[in-house]
Amino acid sequence: MTLRSQALLVNAALLAAAAVSLGPLLWMVSASFMAPGEASSAPPPLLPRAATLENYHQLFAQTGMGRSFANSLFLATAATLLSLVFNVSAGYAFAKLRFAGRERLFRILLGALIIPAQVAMIPLFLLLKHLGLVNTYLGVLLPSVANVFGIFLVRQYALSLPDEMLEAARIDGAGELRLFWSIVLPSLSPILVTLAIFTFLGSWNDFLWPLIVLTDDDRHTLPVALASLTREHVQDSELMMAGGVITVLPVLVLFLVLQRYYIQGLLAGSVKG
Amino acid sequence: MKTAHAGWVFVTPALLMIAVFFLLPVLAALGLSLTDFDIYALAQLDNLRFVGGGNYLRLLQTPLFWKALGNTLFFVLAGVPLSIAVSLAAALLLHSAVARGKAIFRTALFAPVVTTLVAVGVIWNYLLHTRYGLINDLLGRVGIHPIDWLGDPRWAMPAIILFAVWKNFGFNMVIFLAALQSIPEELYEASRIEGASALQQLRFVTLPALAPTLVLVSILTMAGYFQLFAEPYVMTQGGPLQSTTSVLYFMYEEGFKWWNLGSASAVAFLLFLLMFAVTLVQSFALRRWSEP
Repeated sequence: MTLRSQALLVNAALLAAAAVSLGPLLWMVSASFMAPGEASSAPPPLLPRAATLENYHQLFAQTGMGRSFANSLFLATAATLLSLVFNVSAGYAFAKLRFAGRERLFRILLGALIIPAQVAMIPLFLLLKHLGLVNTYLGVLLPSVANVFGIFLVRQYALSLPDEMLEAARIDGAGELRLFWSIVLPSLSPILVTLAIFTFLGSWNDFLWPLIVLTDDDRHTLPVALASLTREHVQDSELMMAGGVITVLPVLVLFLVLQRYYIQGLLAGSVKG
Repeated sequence: MKTAHAGWVFVTPALLMIAVFFLLPVLAALGLSLTDFDIYALAQLDNLRFVGGGNYLRLLQTPLFWKALGNTLFFVLAGVPLSIAVSLAAALLLHSAVARGKAIFRTALFAPVVTTLVAVGVIWNYLLHTRYGLINDLLGRVGIHPIDWLGDPRWAMPAIILFAVWKNFGFNMVIFLAALQSIPEELYEASRIEGASALQQLRFVTLPALAPTLVLVSILTMAGYFQLFAEPYVMTQGGPLQSTTSVLYFMYEEGFKWWNLGSASAVAFLLFLLMFAVTLVQSFALRRWSEP
């Protein structure tokens, strides 16, 4: 095969793959602007005859998805901040602060990664019920505040901080808290962004746990609200697509902006792990 | 504050949270799976009885549990190899020296990974629609009769597998791409000098170099695919004829629809045991492959 025909073949295959990957997402956007009922005709239309905002209007006015959007935004933001607070200090300590039992403790944590989260869910639900936290945002947040993956991610990055830098600060009389706050945190900033975007996306896209914990409609997150909307409004495809757009668009944009950090975290978590 | 003290102060909050909200519940799940915890015990704890292995024995005699296990295994055994093959093919295309616009293509192929599963599941519901779906429309153009993807017990799970592969392949693609980029160029040079064709290079240079990554990726992917839940919840509600009821879907219904929390905990543990056994076999393979 000549180089030229090979180049043609490879790029054509990539174009086709990209069309398959993006096609469903583009169709969602297009169908969300169609008039009610328009998408359900044969052959299926690719573009709206006359673009309308009717579905978005109905979505916010009648289905309470606006409320769900606010819930998702609040929960994902809170989960991100809490995750930074708990996981960063722990990850740094596992990398750079010597204390008795550190290595064994870290190995136990890594071992726990093999247990799927669903095993804990039923007792966790009973615990939250006992604490009166079922159907509260705190109940959704608490179990994901500290997580092994986050600690691992920060630890791997913190290992590369030079010891001399930390020692120099200690000799200058900086306490461990000052040292952490004014020297360690700034040098960890790239991995903080990675941890933040992972946590935000994870929380925004999470389904099973919010489905179990949040029982009232007005507390539902977007995925939970969308799933229950599907079960009620199966035939309103254009409305459902508008719901899909407001659910997917924020995370897609966030990913596009912070892509470099996201891919870095993905590779750190799987290849080196 | 001494460094050693600081270490404990820094890790304790996270460790406490993990202990209280993960490790303790896991142990409790084991205990719970040995009781008949149900809706009556939920109301009044006095109604709780210890039943030993009763839940496990009963599950092994429940046809729907076996059905769910079979469905999940089908999803894993067909979905994981397919997903890895697609990921690898995409990574090879992106890695090709003649590929243009690599960064844009990589982003495009990766995009489904970050999307919300429930939302894209809803899109696919419509794409897979028997009469108005784009997929049947495209198939119709090459003369294939409409398939009732989500309404036919024979096609529902294959449809969910296609959807899952579409959603997930970008993740492993990125991992493969990084591994491909780390293969030394000299290896390819040497094989070219010896007259190896492109296919032979793939077989004797690329694939052996990727072997550890392949095993690692298959461990991670299997663990993920065993946890099938949201896809059938949104797309098929476990049907038709329970052909897409997965183990987790079964656990969810057992626990949060019928409130048989003891029995549901037993389901969770059985799934965990199965995943653990499979991972053990794979890590053994990883050690074998990684040895120089």
